[in-house]
Amino acid sequence: MSGGPRQPDIGARLTFDLGKPGRTACSLPAPDVPAAELPPSQFLRRELNLPELSQVDLVRYFLALSRLNYSVDSGFYPLGSCTMKYNPKVHERLACLPGFADLHPLQPPETVQGALALMYDLQRWLAEITGLDAVSLAPAAGAQGELTGILMVKAYLADRGEEGRRRVLVPDSAHGTNPATAAMGGFEVVTVASDNQGNTDMQALASALDDGVAALMLTLPNTLGLFDPNVGRIAEMLHRKGALLYGDGANLNALLGRARFGDMGFDIVHLNMHKTFSTPHGGGGPGSGPVAAKGHLATYLPTPVVDKEGDRFVLAAPERSIGRVGLFYGHFGVLLRAYAYLRALGVEGLRQVSENAVINANYVLARLRQAYHLPYDRHCMHEVVFSGSRQRAKGVRTWDIAKRLIDYGFHPPTVYFPLIVDEALMIEPTETESREALDAFCDALLAIAREAEEEPQVVKEAPHTAPIGRLDEATAARRPVLRWRREGTDAP
Amino acid sequence: MPSPTDRRYTKEHEWVRVEDDLGTVGITDYAQDQLGDIVYLDLPSPGTQVKQLDKLGEIESVKAVSDLYSPVGGEVAEVNQEIIDRPELVNESPYEEGWLVRLRLADPAEVDKLLTAEQYDELVAQARET
Amino acid sequence: MTLPYITNTAADRRAMLAAIGVASAEELFADIPPECRVADLGLPPALSEPDLVRELTALAERNRPVDTMPCFLGGGAYRHFIPSVVGEVIGRSEYATAYTPYQAEISQGTLQTTFEFQSMVCELTAMDVANAGMYDSASALAEACLMAAGVTGRRRIALLSTVHPHHQAVVRTYAFGRDLAVDALPPDGLALGEEHACLAVQQPNFFGYFLPEVEALQRAVHEAGALFIVSADPISLGLFRPPGEYGADVVVGEGQSLGSPLNFGGPYLGLFACRQQYLRQMPGRIVGRTSDAQGRSGYVLTIQTREQHIRRERATSNICTSQQLVALAATVYLAAMGRQGLRQVAELCYHKAHYAAQRIARLPGYSLAFDGLFFKEFVVRCPRPPAEVNRALLEQGIVGGLDVSPHVENGLLLCVTEMNTREDIERLVDTLAQIGGSG
Repeated sequence: MSGGPRQPDIGARLTFDLGKPGRTACSLPAPDVPAAELPPSQFLRRELNLPELSQVDLVRYFLALSRLNYSVDSGFYPLGSCTMKYNPKVHERLACLPGFADLHPLQPPETVQGALALMYDLQRWLAEITGLDAVSLAPAAGAQGELTGILMVKAYLADRGEEGRRRVLVPDSAHGTNPATAAMGGFEVVTVASDNQGNTDMQALASALDDGVAALMLTLPNTLGLFDPNVGRIAEMLHRKGALLYGDGANLNALLGRARFGDMGFDIVHLNMHKTFSTPHGGGGPGSGPVAAKGHLATYLPTPVVDKEGDRFVLAAPERSIGRVGLFYGHFGVLLRAYAYLRALGVEGLRQVSENAVINANYVLARLRQAYHLPYDRHCMHEVVFSGSRQRAKGVRTWDIAKRLIDYGFHPPTVYFPLIVDEALMIEPTETESREALDAFCDALLAIAREAEEEPQVVKEAPHTAPIGRLDEATAARRPVLRWRREGTDAP
Repeated sequence: MPSPTDRRYTKEHEWVRVEDDLGTVGITDYAQDQLGDIVYLDLPSPGTQVKQLDKLGEIESVKAVSDLYSPVGGEVAEVNQEIIDRPELVNESPYEEGWLVRLRLADPAEVDKLLTAEQYDELVAQARET
Repeated sequence: MTLPYITNTAADRRAMLAAIGVASAEELFADIPPECRVADLGLPPALSEPDLVRELTALAERNRPVDTMPCFLGGGAYRHFIPSVVGEVIGRSEYATAYTPYQAEISQGTLQTTFEFQSMVCELTAMDVANAGMYDSASALAEACLMAAGVTGRRRIALLSTVHPHHQAVVRTYAFGRDLAVDALPPDGLALGEEHACLAVQQPNFFGYFLPEVEALQRAVHEAGALFIVSADPISLGLFRPPGEYGADVVVGEGQSLGSPLNFGGPYLGLFACRQQYLRQMPGRIVGRTSDAQGRSGYVLTIQTREQHIRRERATSNICTSQQLVALAATVYLAAMGRQGLRQVAELCYHKAHYAAQRIARLPGYSLAFDGLFFKEFVVRCPRPPAEVNRALLEQGIVGGLDVSPHVENGLLLCVTEMNTREDIERLVDTLAQIGGSG
């Protein structure tokens, strides 16, 4: 991807511009039935403005664009909290089997017992991995898993006559989806501070915790990559006050096969298949966000869950289910990849994943700590957060460092998150990267730290070698152009 | 550069310049610098009543949203259409062309509760140190 | 065992632990309290790749894919033709293994194709702006209803009772979160109140039929000060008048028909488009066009201040990861079909469905349950319970329709697309005749 000559202005011509009337990229059969009378013209559309390309032009266009993308298959993604691990190719082959891909969700259950068996087993194994009792595979992504969990909390409390609990506690280090989800659940969000060790501030938690609190949403390890050793006490405090502990399982990669949310006191947890379980990120989805719950909450899980009746698998609605969250049963096409992953790894494989993920992150910590400020001076888990504050003093921002990394051939790490670290740089190597890859990455960051001291301009004006230069995001937001328009017509 | 002395300031980095019973409101040079490129402003329509330090609207940069607070109480008389069309004007000229709204003051004495230019400059100097 | 997905060897690990300054990896897990630790889990043992393929293939063979039989099942998921170029493009790992395009300079593939997608959705629906996609049609509808509640400040959501039951269910789930009421109204004698934020309709509806008086309906909705939300079948938009032309404020829909396999119910694709004035209330990612310092055209995520990573609890939605690769499939599909192709597909569906309906309606014991304009689905009243009819069809190697007897007595919802040959249809008709005792 990086280096080499800049592309010609490929962004200026879309499929709409490249086509010509009369061209087509696929062939359709002629009607083999007598034509029915078409409805009166007022029901029909007069014009349909879609591109008209031949197949060869279409393929060249989309493939040329693909070459402008960075991807896991082209290089390392050090993105904190994203777990951009390698996506095994055998899963792609399996997902294409007609016996998986060509199943209609509404076809008779006796014709899809293999699919239901897969989902049933996956439910069981995710329950086993999380140490919780029941699982629904329905939510479409992590955020929808969070919403599912929060709605389950709401329904549970309503059943107990406790609608008065209108507040959800969220750590100040939380991912933006957490407070957004709580708001979608109709709750008021109260932020709980972290202490100077990077753990939940227990005093702050105690003062925020009253009878009006429904739940605390906790990510563990947290977004600083740190495991809060007080989690057991936190769970106790919440439960004593009649509140629930919700777990954001995005960082499960650090704990796979070693520690279980259920044993720590979590009541409901969501998981991210497209993070921990190796399913491809797709440029922004599809993901999958199954939800696991403790026994007394299983009845609130979304519809459907897969049950077993004798030796038959069936789709079922839990008795007090919050209802459907999606059109059908969840992202089967994604879930089967996660299933294959678990079958390929076994427990031993899971433990190797967490071990290597944590070693890799601590190795990066050790190599970079002299050059970059480390706000929490302790071992991390699967990710490490640095601050670009030292470089900022020279006028170089974390944003500039990120862009300069592109010139060294790397995708930038997560930046400016979590919010509690100034000029944050969050790095999660994952277990699939080699020591050589990590050394090359650290060498690049060390070189940039030196550049920030000696020639800051080269950092501030980066990237210099990406397919395109720094893009004008301000104009894009001020005067949005959000769709193609025929030349000469006004943008909205 | 010291802040203009013909106006008063809030701790939230808004300013107000009063002429008769009309107050022109904007944000300070420090604020626009902190926000970065301003891309959108969400301001109330004429006729809206606000109290001193009520939330007046929101200012968006590419990566952040900030709440805007009213330095004084009153009725919104006019919104600067120029900055709606060209938000960058607020970055370019925060004290002149980049004004945001004009308010008909409910109580001109409220201005006395605000910071002077000198006091505001001290506040900013302290903020820059941390 | 050596995993092919973990690169470091024991030697690598030893060297790294030394650099970290610990004697063993266990020290790095010291923060985990002992009572929370496990050493083993009840999971099956690891499989090598050939064994994995064998196991999963066996599992797949316990299913009967619809491609092996004539299939007349619709009801929200559809068997449409997928041109081979779609799989070719989305199979490229540069698209499939890329991250969300927050770093625009190295994500132009994802960003430019998303801009294409947004453009095509706008053209298809005749709306002003579209987002980069949502989870599916049901959650897209739910988010549209929440948006209407936010825009109008009203607390009740209205939808027609002929909207897909699963869509209605998801709207109710999302409405529960915001403490909004949901009213399912009958299509006739509609009474929309000042408390209603919106009216949502489905075109064609769950039973396959178009609303006869959509102009009058749209007027009534707007007079009540509510938003008019239309959930449209995108394939139907190759032939039928787009909702943007008859006053829709928001158009949602299911993009699965646009180049995605059935996949046992997911991942699918929520289409979402709206009027310009609602741009800042629209959920989901949006890509905009801009340029770099050299004047080269490029694409970026824009107006991100609506989204969760910036606005947090005040965000338009909590959505983060959506359905990017499925949206790419839809983009390639629409580009491959083009203006002519999509119309052809729609016409094939229309003619074949009408042919089938006509033939079935003439069978003794069978009748069409509804009058009016339909597209590719219709409901047949059967002489026997639809469950029995479907069982009998399956015995003959035909996947029948959807049993809708809770809504229509002995009602069977049948779907006919361009994938059903005349031969398929004749076989269905003949078999139905037999089942009805007249064949």
